[in-house]
This record gives sequence, structure tokens and C-alpha cells, in this order.
Amino acid sequence: MAELLSLPDAVAEVVRDGDSVAFEGFTHLIPFAAAHEVIRQKRRDLTVIRLTPDVIFDQLIGAGCVRKLVFSWGGNPGVGSLHRFRDAVENDWPVPLELEEHSHAGMANRFAAGASNLPFAVLRGYVGTDLPERTPSIKPIECPFTGEQLTAVSALNPDVGVIHAQRADREGNVQLWGIVGVQKETVLASTRSLVTVEEIVDELDPVPGAIVLPHWTVTCVVEAPRGAHPSYAQGYYDRDNEAYRAWDPISRDREKFQAWLEEDIYGAVHS
Amino acid sequence: MAQFTPDDFMTVAAARALRDGVTLFVGIGLPSTAANLARRTHAPNMVLIYESGCIGSKPTTLPLSIGDGELAVTSDSVVSVPEIFNYWLQPGRIEVGFLGAAQIDRFANINTTVIGSDYDKPKVRLPGAGGAPEIAALCGEVIVIVRQNERTFRERVDFVTSVGYGDGPGSREKLGLPGKGPVKVITDLGVLEPDPDTCELTMTQLHQGVDAEQAKAATGWDLKVADDLATTDPPSDEELAALRDLLDTQKAAA
Repeated sequence: MAELLSLPDAVAEVVRDGDSVAFEGFTHLIPFAAAHEVIRQKRRDLTVIRLTPDVIFDQLIGAGCVRKLVFSWGGNPGVGSLHRFRDAVENDWPVPLELEEHSHAGMANRFAAGASNLPFAVLRGYVGTDLPERTPSIKPIECPFTGEQLTAVSALNPDVGVIHAQRADREGNVQLWGIVGVQKETVLASTRSLVTVEEIVDELDPVPGAIVLPHWTVTCVVEAPRGAHPSYAQGYYDRDNEAYRAWDPISRDREKFQAWLEEDIYGAVHS
Repeated sequence: MAQFTPDDFMTVAAARALRDGVTLFVGIGLPSTAANLARRTHAPNMVLIYESGCIGSKPTTLPLSIGDGELAVTSDSVVSVPEIFNYWLQPGRIEVGFLGAAQIDRFANINTTVIGSDYDKPKVRLPGAGGAPEIAALCGEVIVIVRQNERTFRERVDFVTSVGYGDGPGSREKLGLPGKGPVKVITDLGVLEPDPDTCELTMTQLHQGVDAEQAKAATGWDLKVADDLATTDPPSDEELAALRDLLDTQKAAA
């Protein structure tokens, strides 16, 4: 059975310095509250993994938690650059950032291979691009049946998978719906997992298209209402597009970013 | 006639390039705006597919991201990210891929990764690949929408994130890329198409009010201009009204 914990206790228990940590949620259900707690607990030397680094990783990178980024698209969707990410790559600030870069198709397949306990996944991808030259986890492979040249990508098996979901029951069964991204694969591929939810309920009513992760696949569950904000939780609240736009000037300026860290993260005690 | 900007002209020209009923893999930003404009004007039956796993989205507001809730709740089907790429894009089920670019070259190869020749110390770190490499490889054909200037239109891109025509004729076949590749590049100045023999992007159409010298000056290679150069009609009042309405839906939602 998954443990029901407070957010500080859950992060303290499952996320350690030097871990590889996947924070998934494709635009929807992004685990912002959990990432903020990781920043607050000053985790260091993390390898963070995510298809779309987005504002959540801009914050982790700017706060100095990250040594290496594994990703496929690092921008502020519809707004522009992630300036903390760019500052780290272009100027090594606050610390140098190692990159392992893929396409979405490659990353999605790497999680699926990890969840399947396979060493790699096969896809039609990357051929003719400059990515294989830069990324050692992309290699050509020959089909043993037809001889066709395909592409292999190594599996992802993070130490920790962190996701946000709409709800869980008291046993820790987790239910999520809407855009489900690669969250199921992330939890199943990871050694430990932390799931924040909008609410913990007595009974999980069926919802069309929902995924249920049984409690025995999840390490710990945390009730964290609005834990995906400024991303959204379908059925609970909408994406706060204004907050994504407002992030741009904060992200552009080291001092404004530091002030945001002090005020919104270190100054805020999680209830 | 109503006032419009070069960007409006580009968006309207791109929307016109989309056939009604087509299955379209939509990138965020300019492609999404043009696709939604087409759906609101001449192409109500277009099937919009987003990499967030939304198939057949019919958003009433213009999404800011490729995964806004509006896309999911108005979709025919919402699938996982591994599924959208493996079951839907990879087999060639999607007719047209619609992409933007930070740099594009003579052979329509696209860079969205880094500006500068040193990958480890780039002048500008761009967002990266996202879904684009496989969209460019596997969709039946590709349409690109991008503003035309010397910084963006390069002889060779600094990094090949997504393959257009590689090194020229025969490249896609040699690489085994099943899709046709970019058939149109729509800009704020006009439309470029690959030359059928050389695969080189050639200016085949200029928006009304733009001349060929302007287009050449905005291109980082020796741009060829078609003999039978066409002129794009300016946006009609109806198209502009539909575009304003669409952009207003995003402001209203914000």
C-alpha cells in the first residue's frame, strides 16, 4: 500500500541528492508543488528528466538543484524561452548544466521501455538529424527479421518518478484523466514514486478515459490541492496562462528570479 | 479595406494552404493559430492532432500551449504520448505536419536546437526538438510557417533538428524517410516551394506588395525566384475578422 504522507515528508523520504528524478505531466497535471518542495529542501546534483522542461524545470535549474537535464523540448509554451535554462547552458549559471537531448517520440519510448523492463526501445526516428551525434542514448539498430535500419533509444529507469493526479483513495490508488502524457510509464519505470493529488477521497468513481495506478505501484501519495498550478488539473482548475506569461520577466533576470525564490519558495511554508 | 500586418498576411496565407478534411499534426504558436483560423473559415472538417495526445480537437478558444484543457475536452479522443507518436504518427496515418522553425536552410532542413556552431557553448540555446523530427519524417507532407529574414533563412542550418531534403535530391530516399517532406514554406513575404529537380527552396509566390528583391535580401542564400511567380491575394475582410476573433478568444481566456 502506498504511504499517505505530507509533502515535506514525502520529498524527504524519496528524493535524495544525486538522484535521477522524472517529473512528468504533459502540459496538464505538472507536479509544481512537489518540485517547489524539492527546491525548498535544497536537493543538489539531480538528474532531472522530463519531455517538456517548461517553467517547472526553469525553476529547479535556476535554484541550483540540477546537474543534468534529460529532455526533448525546453520552452515556455506559447510564450518563449526558459531563461534560467538558457542562462545555465549559455553561461553556466548558477552551475553548469549537462544535457541529454531527445525528441518527444524518443523520450516517450524510453519511458515505455523502462516500464517494460527492456534495455531499449525501437522507433522510426532521428534519422538524418544531428541528434544521434550529440546524444549517446540514440543508436542505429538493424531489424533482425527484415534487415531494416531503425533507431534504438536506451530505456529510462529513474530513481524517482514524480507526477500529479486528480485524486487518490485512502489506500493510495491513484486516478488521473484528461491528457495523461507519459505519467503511467514514468511511475512504472521508476524505482520509487511520489504522486501528489488534488484530493484524497473515500471512493474513486469511474471517469471516462481515466487511468488508475494501483496502490502497490506507488511509493507515496500526498494531498496537495492546486499542486499542478500554474499548469492545470482537468475537472478542478484551468491552466493559468497569465502566470506562464508572468514568468517570462522573472526568468529573464537573475535578481528577479532570486527574489521569487526567497519569497515564493523559501519564504512559503507548506501547509 | 481593413489594416493588417505581415504576420496577419502570413497566418492567412498558411490557413489557405490547409485543405478541408485533412488530418493535421499541429505545432504550437504560428501553426496552431493558422490551423485554427482554417478550421473557422474554409476547413471546418479538418482533424487537428496535437502531440499532447489530442485527436480531433475543436477548440473554441486559441490554446497557448499544445496541451490546454480546451484541446482535451473538445477532442474526439485523447491518447497517451507514447501512443500518439507510435500508433498515430509513426505508421503515416497523419497527412500533413505543420511546423515552425528558428532556422531553415536551402533544402528546408529545420533547426530548433542551437544557434552557433558549438553545440556545447551555443550563442542561443533554443527549445529543442519536441515532436518535430518525427513529424518531419513521417507525416505525408509538411508545411512550414516561419518569418523570412537573413538570420532565419540560412545556406546551412547550424543544427539539423528535423530533416527537410537533407543534402538535396535523393536524400530522403537514402535516409528512408517515408513522408514527402516540406512542400510549402509560408512566410511573411510569400511562399517557397522545393524545386522539383534540385529540391532547393524557391520563391514561387509573393504576398501582394512584396517584391522579389525584398525576398532575396531576406534570404541567406542566393534565392531563386520562379519565372511564373504568383501573387497572394491580401487577407479578405472575412479572413481578418475571423483571425481577430480567434486571437481575442486567447486574450479572453487569459
